[in-house]
Amino acid sequence: MSALRPEENAPSRVAEAVLIVVALALGMGGMWMVGYSLEDSLPEGFWTYSIVLAALAFTAHIVLRLRAPYADQVILPSVVLLNSVSMATILRQDLVDIDGANASRHLMWTALGIVVACVVLFVIKDHRSLRRLTYTAMIVGIVLVILPLVPGLGREINGAQIWIFIGPFSAQPAEFAKIAFAVFFAGYLVANRDTLALAGKKFMGLQLPRLRDLGPILIVWAVSLAVLIGEKDLGTSLLFFGLFVGMLYLATDRVGWIVIGLVMFAGGAVAAWSIFTHVQLRVNIWLDALNPDLMDGPSYQLVQGLFAMSYGGMFGAGWGEGYPQYVPFAFSDFIYASLGEELGLTGLLAILLIYLVIVQRGLRHAVGVRDGFGKLLAGGLAFVMALQLFVVVGGITRVIPLTGLTLPFMAQGGSSLLANWIVIALMLRISDAARRPSALPTRGALADPAPAAVGGGAIEVGGGSPVQAETEAGAGGGTMPEDSTQIIRGVDR
Amino acid sequence: MNATLRRLSTVVLVMFLALMVSTSWIQFVAAGELNDHPRNVRGIYSALARDRGPIVVSGGEAVATSVPVDDNFKYQRTYSEGDAGAASVYAPVTGYFAINGTVTGMERYANSYLAGEDDSLWLDRLQNLITGEEAQGSSVELTIDPKVQKAAWDALGDNIGAAVALDPKTGAILAMVSKPSYDPNALAVHDAAEVTATSTALINDKPQVNSIDGEERFSPYGPTINRAINATYPPGSTFKLLTTAAAIEYNGITPDTSIPAEDVYQLPGTTGEGGMVQNYGGTSCDPSGSMLLKDALRISCNTAFLALANEVGKDGMQQMFQDFGFTESIDIPMSTSVGAYPGLSDTATDDSAARIALSGMGQGDLRMTPLQVAMLSAAIANDGDLMEPYLIQSVRDSDLELVSQTKPNRYKSPFSSSTADALTEMMVTVVNDGSGTGAQISGVEVAGKTGTAEDDPRSPTLWFTSFAPADDPEVAVAVVLENEGQSTDESTGGALASPIAAQIMQAAISK
Repeated sequence: MSALRPEENAPSRVAEAVLIVVALALGMGGMWMVGYSLEDSLPEGFWTYSIVLAALAFTAHIVLRLRAPYADQVILPSVVLLNSVSMATILRQDLVDIDGANASRHLMWTALGIVVACVVLFVIKDHRSLRRLTYTAMIVGIVLVILPLVPGLGREINGAQIWIFIGPFSAQPAEFAKIAFAVFFAGYLVANRDTLALAGKKFMGLQLPRLRDLGPILIVWAVSLAVLIGEKDLGTSLLFFGLFVGMLYLATDRVGWIVIGLVMFAGGAVAAWSIFTHVQLRVNIWLDALNPDLMDGPSYQLVQGLFAMSYGGMFGAGWGEGYPQYVPFAFSDFIYASLGEELGLTGLLAILLIYLVIVQRGLRHAVGVRDGFGKLLAGGLAFVMALQLFVVVGGITRVIPLTGLTLPFMAQGGSSLLANWIVIALMLRISDAARRPSALPTRGALADPAPAAVGGGAIEVGGGSPVQAETEAGAGGGTMPEDSTQIIRGVDR
Repeated sequence: MNATLRRLSTVVLVMFLALMVSTSWIQFVAAGELNDHPRNVRGIYSALARDRGPIVVSGGEAVATSVPVDDNFKYQRTYSEGDAGAASVYAPVTGYFAINGTVTGMERYANSYLAGEDDSLWLDRLQNLITGEEAQGSSVELTIDPKVQKAAWDALGDNIGAAVALDPKTGAILAMVSKPSYDPNALAVHDAAEVTATSTALINDKPQVNSIDGEERFSPYGPTINRAINATYPPGSTFKLLTTAAAIEYNGITPDTSIPAEDVYQLPGTTGEGGMVQNYGGTSCDPSGSMLLKDALRISCNTAFLALANEVGKDGMQQMFQDFGFTESIDIPMSTSVGAYPGLSDTATDDSAARIALSGMGQGDLRMTPLQVAMLSAAIANDGDLMEPYLIQSVRDSDLELVSQTKPNRYKSPFSSSTADALTEMMVTVVNDGSGTGAQISGVEVAGKTGTAEDDPRSPTLWFTSFAPADDPEVAVAVVLENEGQSTDESTGGALASPIAAQIMQAAISK
């Protein structure tokens, strides 16, 4: 049976290659238009940026062919698209000498990000190997979170202490901590999910956990509050806590946990709001951004971002036709507003949809992968990306108070690019496992595993919906709802 | 865990939907409001960075152009090629475009054309969308005749005041001068701090005016105010034209009707000295105590017109003021100030009989803009049909194709043509043989009316309004000299203002 020697039957990944070409063309088109709009010529370094980006994207493509042939074929082109569009945006800002915007640095970090992602794909042949690192990951995560608070290492930048400085290098450790926490939560929860879910008393209709099982959640709560208070960063705090609550729910299916988590976070946030004036100011800026008393100072950046987006309107001012020079940090924290100014609502909705595709693909593969650890890790990584997007874009568009997180793959900044490319590498690794034909009977493939494998390859060309059909059919069928996980859990133990 | 994963993916979908809604809200629903926010400089920057269309006066001379420069704004708005003197002549019309967000005059009110954004330019915008070309502004051609404009500027000399010249048959504004003026180039520089400093200095630079009590007094209007349309003054005796028109229209009086002209007029409802009005200098209009209406207007007899206004009454006087449209603002396209008449304005609520009588000679809470005084003459000159004043002759797109052209439009018809004829006849005698002899032009019959308005404690404001030629009018003018009167002698309005009007009319007729 061919299914027993899957490599021979692996998809050719033509769809991915074609989509990468489309993604690169959009990025190159952006750079081309930026140059002609601002200087009436091709921008300096156009071919360097184009060729390096293309080389990197196809390197990743080849690595996937060799190391994860069954991996999702849409995720990589989506990320390449986001990254090369941001390349055009940052090049555009670099061309008009916006202080801080540096296209060649952005390219360098992109290159490093993709290289590291390839290394991850080479080194981690099976995501389950990460489970051994559960408690190492916890320690790494906590250390990374606490690093910015170490005197001499961390420094307060623009009101938040989320950076560390070592010599000439600076980094935002929280970006990496989110990966470490995702690994830790996945390992911890897969081992303890039954205890957490089933032990404990019922109270007012909610299944409450036992106090001793609350230990880890209390630690995480304390860590996220420490981040909120010590580093003055609501965004990172929300990111970690949201990740934990989300994964806890994934593992236990207990709404009670979410309620407790939200109540605790809300309590902490309200306490912080009542105690700290800087938190109060953040809230005031959020609720009353256009207040003339705030506009010259604290809410200046937010309001300038709103003005930039409204100027873009439905279809945008066009590449190079906006005014990023009036929005502080238009190349990093506020790149969303800059994109909105020049690409308009249409462009931003397209970008949001691409993020949504990446996140939903990640969640689909969590459904598809057979082991509990893989499900939790893939679900956690996809969810943390969605959360980060929500915190960043929600901050800029006044859904929530503004915080200092960056837009994955688009904002200029090494930590963010590296960390998120690692997330993508892990997502691709798990998707490979989810789609790889298995010798074990799998859901939807019990009768004949071979068509599933062939189908997995053919589906990619057609786009996303058939995959959905595949998973829906598997889950909704009702005849064997959770048996694949049951089987795998048996194997896993 | 698959069930919870699916529920989580629904949560994720809801989160993304929230972001899409909030983004759409900012970029679509609230976009207009945010774009118009006074603190949002993007609209101005984008307007500046565009190849803004020129403002051209009649004959083709450009008084405002956009010159490409090598800075963030891409274009420098330049007035009269940077010549401060020439730019000041046209400043009340062109206005200026400052990077701090202040936009005035034609730059503001014709912005949609100049910026190439007007709805009438949709075909050009569609072309630009397809070809990818940058939108270019349209050129706005004004009705201003540079010859008349310069004549008015020169004739006004160093006086504080304004002059307006209209074509009475169309309403086209041929000249619009306001003094003191300013150099719009100084406000168009690309240095926000310098712009702020210059504009603050200009706003505070209110010219000193003469006063009757010797105190140091300043005009309420700075150099950036267009006195021709946005300053109001008591119209003085020029308003006797309106009183006369009302008396002829509503009371059946003719120029040859004998009307009372006492030496002293006791205002209705008053007793004693406080309610007595004399002629200037206490002179007698006619020893008999009555005179023909045409003679009363010729020598501008005050007591006669107080009695006449009283006879017309409140309703008639108010009616005529409104029939001229003086209580309404006109978009020429700049928005003009409205006049004030007793009982018709928030600033003039006292409409007692005494106030109405006083208004007969243009005093007592009565205020008008120089343009409105010019409209008095223009209506008489055009047989009782008042044409709507306008400044934009035509708009052409960047390919010089005509986008729109102003068609003259009848604005109001305050009185009949026979009334207009009677008034013309009387106004001719004012210039030939009365208080306005200074406005005579050799070979041309001029119809006019002088005015000297008390503006206590400032010195009197001097007026002259006229049109010429009297039989086939080509131009109607109003000249105001703000508090330039040196004595209370009625002759000063004629002596100082009428020669200025003559020079403007001459420039317009011989063009």
